Amino acid sequence: MFTDRLKTILRGSSAGGTSAPSATLPRPAAGSGIVTGPAYTRHSNGLDQFFTSLRGQAGLNILDFAGASQANVSFITNLGHRLSSEDYLRSLEITFGDEHFYENQDDPLQAEKFLHDNLNFPEGHFDGALVWDALQFLSPPLLQATVERLHTILRPGSNLLAFFHADEKAAQVPLYNYRISDEKTLLLTPRGSRKRAQFFNNRGLEKLFHEQTVKFFLTRDSLREIIVRR
Amino acid sequence: MWNRKKDEELPPRPAPVQPAPVQQPKEGIPMSTSPNRSFEPPSQVTSGSATIGKAVMVKGQIYSREDLVIDGEVEGTVDVQEHRLTVGPNGKVVAGIKAREIVVLGAIQGNVEAADKIDIRKDAKLVGDIKAARIVIEDGAYFKGSIDIVRAEPVKQQPISQKAPQPPAPLAASASDKR
Repeated sequence: MFTDRLKTILRGSSAGGTSAPSATLPRPAAGSGIVTGPAYTRHSNGLDQFFTSLRGQAGLNILDFAGASQANVSFITNLGHRLSSEDYLRSLEITFGDEHFYENQDDPLQAEKFLHDNLNFPEGHFDGALVWDALQFLSPPLLQATVERLHTILRPGSNLLAFFHADEKAAQVPLYNYRISDEKTLLLTPRGSRKRAQFFNNRGLEKLFHEQTVKFFLTRDSLREIIVRR
Repeated sequence: MWNRKKDEELPPRPAPVQPAPVQQPKEGIPMSTSPNRSFEPPSQVTSGSATIGKAVMVKGQIYSREDLVIDGEVEGTVDVQEHRLTVGPNGKVVAGIKAREIVVLGAIQGNVEAADKIDIRKDAKLVGDIKAARIVIEDGAYFKGSIDIVRAEPVKQQPISQKAPQPPAPLAASASDKR
């Protein structure tokens, strides 16, 4: 059933974002001229909101797309929660390769395998998801399927934190490792740059998440933070 | 009895020649095929432990009552409940693992339980769910799965009149070498 749904989605169109033409995956950092800076910390209202919603609870299941790091593991487990961790971007690279990164994502079989390998959890399993900026690097059909899968595996009432680059004209956007310093602060470590699959404005993001409650947070840098309430 | 006196009259035997000093046997059952094996950095070598060398492949259940180093391939289950398991840089383990402490430098696919600590080093790869009291992940390690920190419950005071602890059972390590 899911396969049929996925195939339908893959045949369909994007969710209101501005789709970028398919392009080969740029190699990280080398020569991009974007991401070579040192790690830096930034205040995150989205993160603050996310953890505020978890306050007073323990034993929750949190999904983290940033890949395992001591900072995130310690922070979340010290709050008494369980953490499911995986480096979503790295999994994308492993599954779809460098050469035809976005084209390969449009292959229903590969896309289905990717979702099966990486988001195969029971319905309502998670009480929160930190997807960071990973959704920007999914081609429209796979993005739709991923959002639907996230919707399924998140418990109703739970929150999802996502980042989107707000600079519409940027040919490539920087990639970071997101490390949680505290409830309101992130340490961002550059890990290269990449052409995103599509650009989203606020309206596009609301459409992407099917008009669920989406909260936008203004930031000084060009990273748009959103909290989506399931 | 009739021979006893004769025995007593025998001149004392010369003192037996002392055998050449023998190296103290290492604890455990060595399974390594590469005696000079060493990990980088050398401080990670666990002395006094059973070792599955990098050219060894094991399929089945491993149960060890001493520290164990796996630098080869293992498929099945690994039970080192009260000891330390080290998966060396060449180690590839597809197994459920239980140990007191687990150090990962190689690759593990399977669920792991560490009563104390799991230490995932740089370049290590672990795909599976972790249950541990403490976890250390170096940058550069790859992990995919869930992490459940199990807080150790405070040990209850034992009454003094209780039975003395049992002496440790003889060393046991079993593995079926299918090389």
